[in-house]
Amino acid sequence: MIRLEAPFTEEKIRSLKVGDMVELSGTIFTGRDAVHKWLHEGNEPPVSLKDGVIYHCGPVVIREKGKWVVKAAGPTTSIREEPYQAGIIERFGLRAIIGKGGMAEKTRQACQKCGCAYLHAIGGAAQVLAEAVKEVENVYEYERFGSPEAIWQLRVENFPLVVTIDAHGNSLHKEIEAASAARLTESFARMAAAKR
Amino acid sequence: MNATQQKKFLEAFIEIIRKTSTELPKDVIEAVQKGMQAEQAGSNAKYAFEIIEKNIGLAKQKSQPLCQDTGSILFYVHYPRKFDGEALAKVMRKAVVDATKKGYLRQNSVDSLTGKNSGTNIGPGSPSLHLEPWNKDHFDVRLMLKGGGCENMGVQYSLPDNRIGAGRDVAGVKKCILDAVQNAQGKGCGPGILGVAIGGDRGAGYLESKEQLLRKMGDKNPDPVLAGIEEETVREANTLGIGPMGFGGKTTLMGVKVGALNRLPASFFVSVSYMCWAFRRQGAQVSAKGEIKKWLY
Repeated sequence: MIRLEAPFTEEKIRSLKVGDMVELSGTIFTGRDAVHKWLHEGNEPPVSLKDGVIYHCGPVVIREKGKWVVKAAGPTTSIREEPYQAGIIERFGLRAIIGKGGMAEKTRQACQKCGCAYLHAIGGAAQVLAEAVKEVENVYEYERFGSPEAIWQLRVENFPLVVTIDAHGNSLHKEIEAASAARLTESFARMAAAKR
Repeated sequence: MNATQQKKFLEAFIEIIRKTSTELPKDVIEAVQKGMQAEQAGSNAKYAFEIIEKNIGLAKQKSQPLCQDTGSILFYVHYPRKFDGEALAKVMRKAVVDATKKGYLRQNSVDSLTGKNSGTNIGPGSPSLHLEPWNKDHFDVRLMLKGGGCENMGVQYSLPDNRIGAGRDVAGVKKCILDAVQNAQGKGCGPGILGVAIGGDRGAGYLESKEQLLRKMGDKNPDPVLAGIEEETVREANTLGIGPMGFGGKTTLMGVKVGALNRLPASFFVSVSYMCWAFRRQGAQVSAKGEIKKWLY
């Protein structure tokens, strides 16, 4: 288990490799569809994302005794941000993306070029991940995007993740998909042989 | 339905929604544990399973949604013939509104043209109510909450399919099922459970594929051909090495459930619904007075 403190240095991110299991602590920012499209359209983020972390998440946040409390905070599917992510990593100097389901070629290349990593959260584990969120530090663009799509600045502790795209050009998603494609061919052959 | 009955039924439906959203059924938990035991200590797959198991316990303990995507709300209800189906549907919609207010369901239903969230989970097609009268005195209420991540991994094949070399026979059906698993990779929040329908028209096929998911995990298909397809495709899918969340590992699928509908001679559809590990389905036997008598899973 590797413990990480956000924000990061490029060196720290480059020390990670695909398959590393990490626990992340520090400040992260949520951003999903609306935020990515908006940044891609040329808007500036309301807070610096330099060396920071974007989390693909639309949390359930409620107001309790004058404070924001996160009730559920699982990841959403990252691939929807593929058209925007590489540009955003490069423009704003992001060091890590958290999400689920993995990302594709453009993001993998941007991670390699800029020194960024994709950290995979466990989809569906809303309660474990909500427990790891210790504090809502701020919220931005709440009026513009509404609660799930707003930029929430969260302080997390020991947020459990797996590195699935590293800064060296490796992608676990790409590796697993290629390996399973080969095994699928074997499986088809086995089933055809059993039929005879 | 008088006012007292309405109140009792409303409470029963809210409780069914709460339990479905916050607790996994026993048969699914057992399948998760079995998957977890198969994985190697220290692997990414084991790590994923450990977090999944912790999440299942925590959601139940806190009585909060297991997954924040509380999904499509799919009700399957049999009700005594003498009851008014429309009045029942009205109570069910009210239960959805109230369960949303209580936080058991996320505000999760959006107008497809304007993008506006109704905030109540009520709108055209939501919740999805399948109501059928029957000749018994009690109600059989089943509910499935199916998140968007796994729903997006559903797929329908029209055989023959030249891309995967699937013909119009059992061998072709099996190829479709495995191809669907390969395409989903980890994106459907695996390890998954597949509901599959062979035949039907396109609409009926998808409906049947979801209804297959109402079967218990460990049951055996009474049709030996379908049972054979289920066993073989689970076994083969678990050789692919995709694993939980697509991290790699031994457990890619926890189950396959297959049903067959008649088809037109000209059509041969294979419809696949992918269900995530957070397989939220529950059911209850409810008395004519609106009391929950027994949980079904």
